[in-house]
Amino acid sequence: MAAHWFGARLVERRAQTATGRTLVLDIPGWPGHLPGQHVDVRLTADDGYQAVRSYSLAAPTDGERVELGVQAVRDGEVSPYLADVLPTGARVELRGPLGQWFVWRTGQSGPVLLVAGGSGVVPVTAMLRAHRAARSDSAFSLLYSVRDPDEIWYREELAAPDDRLDVRVLYTRRAPRGEVRPPGRIAAADLGPAQAGPGTVYVCGPTGFVESVADLLVGLGRPAADIRTERFG
Amino acid sequence: MTSFSPGFHGRPRALADRLPPGQYPTESFPVLSAGPTPRVPTETWTFTVTTETGATRSWTWDEMMALPQQETVHDIHCVTRWSKFDTHWRGVPLTAFLDDVETAADHVVAEAHGGYTTNLPLEDVLDGRAWVAHTYDGYPLSPEHGGPARLLVPHLYFWKSAKWVSGLRLTVEDEPGFWESVGYHNYGDPWREQRNWGD
Repeated sequence: MAAHWFGARLVERRAQTATGRTLVLDIPGWPGHLPGQHVDVRLTADDGYQAVRSYSLAAPTDGERVELGVQAVRDGEVSPYLADVLPTGARVELRGPLGQWFVWRTGQSGPVLLVAGGSGVVPVTAMLRAHRAARSDSAFSLLYSVRDPDEIWYREELAAPDDRLDVRVLYTRRAPRGEVRPPGRIAAADLGPAQAGPGTVYVCGPTGFVESVADLLVGLGRPAADIRTERFG
Repeated sequence: MTSFSPGFHGRPRALADRLPPGQYPTESFPVLSAGPTPRVPTETWTFTVTTETGATRSWTWDEMMALPQQETVHDIHCVTRWSKFDTHWRGVPLTAFLDDVETAADHVVAEAHGGYTTNLPLEDVLDGRAWVAHTYDGYPLSPEHGGPARLLVPHLYFWKSAKWVSGLRLTVEDEPGFWESVGYHNYGDPWREQRNWGD
């Protein structure tokens, strides 16, 4: 199953930030996936040259429709094409779902802390959407570190009141007016005593961010075995 | 004209013979880890070989560093699709730890601080194909890349090169390790693109 390449048609593209895109694709025969999993996307040039990159699924299973998050990387080979060139209605090849580790399963009990840096919010968004859809009782919280307010993905959805999801945005360079916390990198105080309880922590973002958050969590007494990480770049 | 990805051109087709299928070259050194980075002091570091009968032999950091060292240069290939050419390492070939061991085992499980494991055929770590590496590019290997010492098995996808390695367990039966139990291929040959279960 994992080796099978599906044909996937782009049905919709939405801008999340200046360089972040949501891509909605239809994939006939898609078997479904777990929140947190990713796919490989394969592009083929006219001379047969191929390039493949991995992208996270941003939403739980919804029939044959999937949602990917793509952050265009400057000078990237694949991401700028997916973000701005691939025409709506055109197809790419895709395989998956991939990854059995950085996943949240609906039956999983216990509180969950999601910690995302930048576009690392994509796979954890699949988890919090699944949590919401399942009407799961386990407490969910999201700490989301972004450079400035323009870099927030899923802005309206994350700002919407939800008594079973606690969202906190941390700004590293520029905070919006009225924000009490001065801009700065995530620190132990942000992960504070309230976050030190039991349960699973999912950390996703650039390597430096993930290293720093995982170290802080271990320093706060979180067992290493409870911390699951996914990195990019 | 392909029916997929219209208007995609890609990068110049260089390096094709050094790049396994589905990989792209990178100058940086990205990190793949399942969890937090363990901090392992060399003062308490040990490397232990355990046979299928339970017999063990251990080396301290100083004992390991006193073994004959090798400089070695390799292209490395991560299952997340980056490849890095001409990486420079210094370490001890695994044969130095295994030559005097009595065993009928055909497999090894590499074990690491933090609980990570990965499985390999024994023959893949003998004959100068695998090392315990402690120096990268002339500097002590940093913790996020597996320091103070990691396995180096460059002919397989790089998750087989266990970071923070603490020992080898010889096994008669093949025992899937950490990533091999959550979706990654059991052997992991980049030239046959053995990434996932079923590849």
